[in-house]
Amino acid sequence: MSDHIVKAYDEDLESIKTMIAQMGGLAEDQLAKAVDALSKRDTDLADQVIQSDEKIDAIEVSLEEKVIKTIARRQPMARDLRDIMVAIRIASDLERVGDLAKNLAKRAHAIPDTLPRRLSAGVVRMGRLALEQLKNVLDAYATRDDVKAVQVWRNDEEIDALYNSIFRELLTYMMEDPRMIGVCTHLLFATKNLERIGDHATNIAENIHYLVHGRPIGEERPKKDTTSFTIFESTNTQ
Amino acid sequence: MDALVTQTVQTPSPPRILGERPVKITARDVNIYYGDKHAIKNLSIDIPDRAVSAFIGPSGCGKSTFLRAINRMNDTIPSCRVTGDIVVDGQDIYDRDLDVVQLRARIGMVFQKPNPFPKSIYENVAYGPKIHGLTTSRAELDEVVEKSLRKAGLWEEVKDRLQASGTGLSGGQQQRLCIARAIAVNPEVILMDEPCSALDPIATAKIEELIDELRQNYCIVIVTHSMQQAARVSQLTAFFHLGILVEVGDTDEVFTAPRDKRTQDYITGRFG
Ligand SMILES: Nc1ncnc2c1ncn2[C@@H]1O[C@H](COP(=O)(O)OP(=O)(O)O)[C@@H](O)[C@H]1O
Ligand SMILES: [Mg+2]
Repeated sequence: MSDHIVKAYDEDLESIKTMIAQMGGLAEDQLAKAVDALSKRDTDLADQVIQSDEKIDAIEVSLEEKVIKTIARRQPMARDLRDIMVAIRIASDLERVGDLAKNLAKRAHAIPDTLPRRLSAGVVRMGRLALEQLKNVLDAYATRDDVKAVQVWRNDEEIDALYNSIFRELLTYMMEDPRMIGVCTHLLFATKNLERIGDHATNIAENIHYLVHGRPIGEERPKKDTTSFTIFESTNTQ
Repeated sequence: MDALVTQTVQTPSPPRILGERPVKITARDVNIYYGDKHAIKNLSIDIPDRAVSAFIGPSGCGKSTFLRAINRMNDTIPSCRVTGDIVVDGQDIYDRDLDVVQLRARIGMVFQKPNPFPKSIYENVAYGPKIHGLTTSRAELDEVVEKSLRKAGLWEEVKDRLQASGTGLSGGQQQRLCIARAIAVNPEVILMDEPCSALDPIATAKIEELIDELRQNYCIVIVTHSMQQAARVSQLTAFFHLGILVEVGDTDEVFTAPRDKRTQDYITGRFG
């Protein structure tokens, strides 16, 4: 897009974009490490994730300041207005992704080394999927690529489907062996965190669409998470 | 005639406001010339009643020219020629039999520089109703003056000095006096050409508040060089560029997601 008559306005918008890129890079890194920590039960790596979270928070704070000053100084309109509103929403999504990654890392402490591999495999697979979604949506933001954003938006179904199947699987383990309830609950929370991260990637995708076209994505957000309705029905398997 | 590349951006659906209000003014294929200068090119637009429509665009793009065509103020400029149709409530206002003085009472105008007559506040407002014979007694005239000043949000400030000169008021008060003067003759349409550009922010806010109240009962068309003002007060926005009506749409859409690149560049401050 061509430049503003007032050069400093371009710099304001550019620096907001840069801060989002930094937050995105950190969120991606945090999530990758959290999933890694969880799959390898690496508590040192987990601690590193837990400590780094405040970096994302700090950038969000300065981004908000920058946005408020820019609105006050420039009264942005049209594409600029959307740019700024979308930046602040994406920042808040990324901040949440950071929190969720941190929470995920904490679970690495709670899961014993003796956990059978097949139990954590699903969670790790879901982690990779969430990471890919996050990475793609950040690429889409950087290049203002609406097609890519819509793809991410559609792919969220996959995470939701995986979440449903892991949920059922973990329920089965818990019913088979009540000693597994503790660890499976941690794994359940971990998958729930990943499912939420997928939702944040979807939010970001929706915002990219709005940024590019000036109107919301027309269709219903894909939603295949049915676990809220899942109940214990198989008492006869005992 | 030169090939007119003057298509106004067609939105996929017409502005919402035109579905919510009756159309008051319809312009079709309007061209306006000053001698050889082609100031408005092939303009067509529908303007809703009981709403505020804003004309925006860079200086010299023809906003005032088109605004003045709506109450035939351009008639007073010898070199000015208007072709095409401008219809208000189904009536062609360029009809030869039309009484221009009556038309300008129906379609009032407020200018950039407040221009009260060098007479009392009372006389400024009473003048129009008197020459149009709208009242039959002094009591009735008093009532019209008070009502108009109230509608213009000026009554409380001037009720104790109605005989003082209108030119002694502050700029913002003078502008509201001019609005009262326009209202006094029962207009249907009020045209405003940059009515706040000579006013400070407080006086501007009072005029904007007044415009917002007036739109309940009038069709208001405002030319403004302040995009923020257009965004604040209007429901329909029309963007002009080089004599062309580039884009027209619901104000909230034009300021958040304009369709034409020229509109986008202008309202985001990118015109070089
Ligand atoms: N009385 C006039 N005689 C000749 N040219 C005029 C006259 N009034 C305006 N113009 C020209 O017509 C164009 C549109 O002017 P105007 O309607 O005043 O623009 P705006 O109100 O958008 O600033 C400009 O190029 C201007 O120089
Ligand atoms: Mg003008």
